[in-house]
Amino acid sequence: MRHRSLFLTLLSATIVFGAWEIAGRVPVSFAFPTFLESMAAFWVLIVEGTLFTAYAETLKPLVVGVTISAFLGIGLGLWIGLSEKIDWLISPIFVVMQTAPLAALIPLLVMAYGIGLTSKVFVVCIMAMPVIVLNTSGAVRNTPASLKEMGHAFLGSRSDIILKIILPAASPVIFAGLRLGISAGFIGAILSELKITPTGVGDIITFSRSIADYPTMYAAIMSIILLAVLFLNVLERIEIFLFGGNNKGYVSE
Amino acid sequence: MTKSTTNIEHAVTVRNVHKNYGDVQALENMSLDFPRGQLTSLLGPSGCGKTTLLKIIAGLLPATSGEIIVNGTPVTGPGPDRAFVFQDFALLPWASVLRNVAFGLELRGVAKSEREAIAEKYIANVGLAGFENSFPHELSGGMRQRVGLARALSVDAQVLLMDEPFSAVDEQTRRKFQEDLLGLVKNENKTFIFVTHSIEEAVYVSDQIAILLPRPSRVSEIIKPSGFRHKSADHIRRDPEYLDIVDNIWASLRSYVE
Ligand SMILES: Nc1ncnc2c1ncn2[C@@H]1O[C@H](COP(=O)(O)OP(=O)(O)OP(=O)(O)O)[C@@H](O)[C@H]1O
Ligand SMILES: [Mg+2]
Repeated sequence: MRHRSLFLTLLSATIVFGAWEIAGRVPVSFAFPTFLESMAAFWVLIVEGTLFTAYAETLKPLVVGVTISAFLGIGLGLWIGLSEKIDWLISPIFVVMQTAPLAALIPLLVMAYGIGLTSKVFVVCIMAMPVIVLNTSGAVRNTPASLKEMGHAFLGSRSDIILKIILPAASPVIFAGLRLGISAGFIGAILSELKITPTGVGDIITFSRSIADYPTMYAAIMSIILLAVLFLNVLERIEIFLFGGNNKGYVSE
Repeated sequence: MTKSTTNIEHAVTVRNVHKNYGDVQALENMSLDFPRGQLTSLLGPSGCGKTTLLKIIAGLLPATSGEIIVNGTPVTGPGPDRAFVFQDFALLPWASVLRNVAFGLELRGVAKSEREAIAEKYIANVGLAGFENSFPHELSGGMRQRVGLARALSVDAQVLLMDEPFSAVDEQTRRKFQEDLLGLVKNENKTFIFVTHSIEEAVYVSDQIAILLPRPSRVSEIIKPSGFRHKSADHIRRDPEYLDIVDNIWASLRSYVE
């Protein structure tokens, strides 16, 4: 089973990278480097240490923003899901946040908070939080009523019912929201570096594009994707650790 | 004096209970006594308010008016004196059979080793020994129902509220369960309130049968089969009194079906 999934991963990676290599050799566009050129540039970024200094910058708004979004998002989602009044009051904000054109909001953020870390954290949060909040609140609201009733009948306190019934029941959907939210947070972090001030990885992208060093630009983009995949894997581990076998399907008619 | 004698006689008293869901009147002026240590069935057509009455007794739903008295105290919410067996089982899908059965005790703060020992005993009692570490999705409907039953038994409440606990099992298993239930009533010294659709089942297991009318529901008749209770399981189903009661109930319910 494990071997097979590893094999499939390798197979799909080979297909994607092979197609990239071929498309780069054709070439599709002179601004589209081959896979091997990009990997070479990636190697240079690592050896010269540029990538690490860049990530030291980029990770700051990313980690701060994603952490805030995760904790605040799940907390708010829980609160919204448990109370209809709060839902009515707060949910619309996140629906608007999710649909707002972020690029148009950035100048406003810069005006209010300057070009420093605060604005970038805001961008990450605006990208990451809505889906976490909306998924959490939806999942909490959809906890089977009969399970809550059972907890009540067997004398569970309100916190028992939340911790032992509602959260575990909602956890698969909450984690799906976290995955989407964190991916969006990555996009937000890079977007903020491209649109506010070019620092970190955003700087590598902007600079290498300006001097037409496309392999380096693609290497930088690749590194983000790689990091995001790594992050999501860690998240999956956390989910399995916290809620082991919660994906057991629902058994009630 | 009168009060204390009724308390000893009746574990649960339902007095003038009305229940409205918005415009829908589910129960109308329902009054009913549940004798201690006996099994009372609620029998009536679908949608007549049996689950509603059971949940009001459990303290899960407020009555619109009227009162429920359990062991002399009016019900204001769920309590340790009552345990519920749910029509849809209400098992935690992510928890093993052992944790599900022990869950009522877990919510009461009983230590892990102690509650698991109790749960194991009741798992064996309902015939699920060996399935302690299975998950609900790995069990058949009838087995899930037994998990719900074991959970209710393990909190050792005096009153057991059972909402169609045998609805998901085949006829053979059902007969086996009915016999087991008679054993429980005899040995556990608990008061059972039992909802069923089946006339035969009600007559077979009950000390008292309350026949409910369709919405808005009242008690139309109370029947107390007594003549064949002492007979062995096989003989009951051939007992003339048993057959007569089944026929009579069918005669009085038939008009509502037509
Ligand atoms: N939450 C609710 N809101 C509105 N109406 C309800 C609600 N729950 C039950 N009812 C109504 O109250 C009536 C009684 O419902 P109840 O579930 O008590 O019936 P029942 O006798 O248990 O039926 P069954 O034998 O099919 O389980 C039904 O007509 C139903 O439509
Ligand atoms: Mg019902």
